[in-house]
Amino acid sequence: MNPAATDPMLRIAGLDVRFGPRQVLFDVSFELFAGETVGVVGESGSGKSTLARAILRLIPADKGAILWRGRDLRSCDSSTLQRLRRELQIVFQDPLGSLNPRMTVADTIAEPLRIFEPGLSAGERSVRIGAMLERVGLEAGMADRYPHEFSGGQCQRIGIARAMILSPALLICDEPVSSLDVSVQGQIVNLLLDLQRDAGTALLFISHNLALVRHLSHRILVMYAGRLIEIAARDVVYEKPLHPYTRTLLAAAAGQAEFIATDGAAPLQTGCAYRDRCRYALPLCAARPALEEIDTGHFVACHRARELLS
Amino acid sequence: MRSFLDDAARRLRANSGALSAMLVIAAMILLALIGPWLNPNHGETLDWLHVAMRPAAQGAHWFGTDRLGRDLYVRTLEGARVSLAVGLVASAVSLLVGIGYGAVAGYLGGRTDHVMMRIIEILSGLPLVFFVIFLTVIFGRSEYLLFLSIGAVGWLTMARIVRGQTLSIRQREYIEAAVASGASSRRIIVKHVIPNLIGPVVVYATLTVPQIIMFESFLSFLGLGIQEPHASLGTLIAEGAGEMEAAPWMLLIPGGFLALLLLCLNIFGDGLRDALDAKER
Amino acid sequence: MTSLLQVAGLTVSFSRPTGSIEAVRQVSLEVEACECLGIVGESGSGKTQVFMAAMGLLASNAAAAGSVRFAGEELLAAPRARLNRVRGSKLAMIFQDPMTSLTPHLTIGTQMAEVLVYHGGLSWGEARGAARRMLARVQVPEPERRLNQYPHELSGGLRQRVMIGMSLLCEPALVIADEPTTALDVTVQAQIIALLRLMRRELGMALVLISHDLGVVAGLADRILVMYAGRIVETAGAVDLFERARHPYTAELLNCIPRLSGPRLDRLPTLAGQPPRPQEIGAGCAFAPRCPRAAERCRVERPELQGDTARQAACHFPLLP
Repeated sequence: MNPAATDPMLRIAGLDVRFGPRQVLFDVSFELFAGETVGVVGESGSGKSTLARAILRLIPADKGAILWRGRDLRSCDSSTLQRLRRELQIVFQDPLGSLNPRMTVADTIAEPLRIFEPGLSAGERSVRIGAMLERVGLEAGMADRYPHEFSGGQCQRIGIARAMILSPALLICDEPVSSLDVSVQGQIVNLLLDLQRDAGTALLFISHNLALVRHLSHRILVMYAGRLIEIAARDVVYEKPLHPYTRTLLAAAAGQAEFIATDGAAPLQTGCAYRDRCRYALPLCAARPALEEIDTGHFVACHRARELLS
Repeated sequence: MRSFLDDAARRLRANSGALSAMLVIAAMILLALIGPWLNPNHGETLDWLHVAMRPAAQGAHWFGTDRLGRDLYVRTLEGARVSLAVGLVASAVSLLVGIGYGAVAGYLGGRTDHVMMRIIEILSGLPLVFFVIFLTVIFGRSEYLLFLSIGAVGWLTMARIVRGQTLSIRQREYIEAAVASGASSRRIIVKHVIPNLIGPVVVYATLTVPQIIMFESFLSFLGLGIQEPHASLGTLIAEGAGEMEAAPWMLLIPGGFLALLLLCLNIFGDGLRDALDAKER
Repeated sequence: MTSLLQVAGLTVSFSRPTGSIEAVRQVSLEVEACECLGIVGESGSGKTQVFMAAMGLLASNAAAAGSVRFAGEELLAAPRARLNRVRGSKLAMIFQDPMTSLTPHLTIGTQMAEVLVYHGGLSWGEARGAARRMLARVQVPEPERRLNQYPHELSGGLRQRVMIGMSLLCEPALVIADEPTTALDVTVQAQIIALLRLMRRELGMALVLISHDLGVVAGLADRILVMYAGRIVETAGAVDLFERARHPYTAELLNCIPRLSGPRLDRLPTLAGQPPRPQEIGAGCAFAPRCPRAAERCRVERPELQGDTARQAACHFPLLP
């Protein structure tokens, strides 16, 4: 077996992000392998959208490494970064907002082509755009229309067409179906899965909808207050979660409420961020728990994880 | 297949006030361009037979004559030509410079924006009239200088407005999407930022035209602008002001023309803003 | 015995430059005292507009026809003074986004006390005391401190508790909750639903719960109405609806919800197409273009609600047990 094939395509190491004096991502580290789907779950303030933008360098990180196929995106020069952008793409949460209202659908989808394949003639571009529109379930004839003429689901398809037209190796999906009707969500998710299968693209799927993420991910990353607190294979996370927060999250998703006394307080900046809400908290939780591999492929950031395992 | 501009055009057409204003402006421009040829007189010919005559049919002096016997119909319309030319050209200059400057400052942000805005603040602090006088002293009196100096100052507010709009556009997700697609800053400013600025910019531009015409009229009224024997509405008003009691038509006709022009430009500008601001659906 | 809220033949239309569009078409429903009615629907279903019409909160370009009677009194086109006496006191509404429905520049205490001063005729001091007691009742920690805070200083979950508390201050007979948990995190959602359940038990008010999320509605509703394209397509008791939906839309919708447990799927179940925009609805059943059971009759003849008082479905070929 070729060892290079098991190297991670994306490796994040110790990523910190600050917005002014406030730190929003704390020492985030994980790996992503070619072709896999990794779900990122967490609630508001967990930092999952920040993580997506930091990976693509849409916002600057303060510390850490973003290794894409071995190359650190944080330290490479702007022209290399710009060249690498064709391999890492993103689909946003707001379907209409992510499209330029003054550009036709054709121009929007054509943009990556114009940037990375400037040698194409207008005719060739048009053919590619038409094919991509059909591929995402729209009609080639819709290319001359403007975003406001489409529904939310259709706009999201256009966004996906733009992101996938150059067959990127990684597609980050930031809550891509959260603003869509339930009856339409499945269409978009199935489309992403189809495109992934055809192009071998890896997906980093960010969502607060645990039930949704369960069906499409191979592995799950759980985030809380800017920290990665659990990583595991999908079935393990849903059936045998170790981190107390993951358990609370799953219980809530199943409809069981737990009253949280400090609702509303700002997340703690030091130590374990969850300790003021955690029923298992002990004085030792004032020290920040590291993400440890408790079981094969199962990482948890909790001082008491091993205890809770039994 | 209706674009945003088509929708805006439709809303504008439905606004009868703005439409009427637009027609009046068009009529005035047409009159200013071809009007003088409909009359046998010349703006510079001195008709000693009909000095300071009120509007009458004699000598085809439809608007009367001034102290020197020059036909006011022709002079007013030629003056209107100058005022409109100054207004439009200077507005165009301030638009182009202002958009480019403001979009770059707003998009790049940081130190660049800081420096660029300080420059604008310094220039804004200069007294306008003083600046024009200064340039006139150095370069002598010329109409081109007048155009340039007005345009050179007119871009300041436009740049500020454009920068403000750019700052808010920069936060939009489609800008992030463009960055993620690998677009360069130049491409983003030209293709994504500027086309989305159109609304407030166009409105401000149409409101700038009357301001500039007013400013030029003011300068000419003070004697700093257009010089004899040429006239702009401002110089005509200056002359007319002196003759207010004896020959009121010398003030009322150019003054009325200017007032009507400014009124219609303002109404049209308002209508344009309403048309461009409305929500899509 | 008349129902607490009676809506009969309600039609809400919006006038646009391109023509008039109907968001709510001939909707009739009743809410009994003390019951919890769930209203489920997606975008374009008109579920929110029905109750905006009842509360007199329709946009300026909207027109409502039909009848909405609250405790026997007609609300549509009622004079503003009469409407203001009822709104906020006997008939209260909780909105989706507590950030935008609370006034940002007034403290929580002021906003809550205002309700009691205006409706209850209390003095400011008494009203503040009542507000503090209500905050404690809706489980807001440190109520005295919160009274002096501004909305932006509270988290989404706390703000929503404040909204719920505010709506309950005058002991309303009916509370309309429009997507009360949609803007909140899932852990907070569960708490808010539990809170609503508790408040209902303690105060016994009727509750209309509007949501696109069937899971949220399932936790609280006694009866559920499903709306699609401006009309009611199914009504049933909550348990009956989830066990065996009659209308194909309800069945498909239930099918589309991803499950937290059970077998993992490689493809998510979905409905083709999307909910129609009001101007796109043709003759016949609005759901026909997307319905897996649609026949020719469905495309030309619009089905009316059929069934008994306990269960109704507007379908020519309902799914029967």
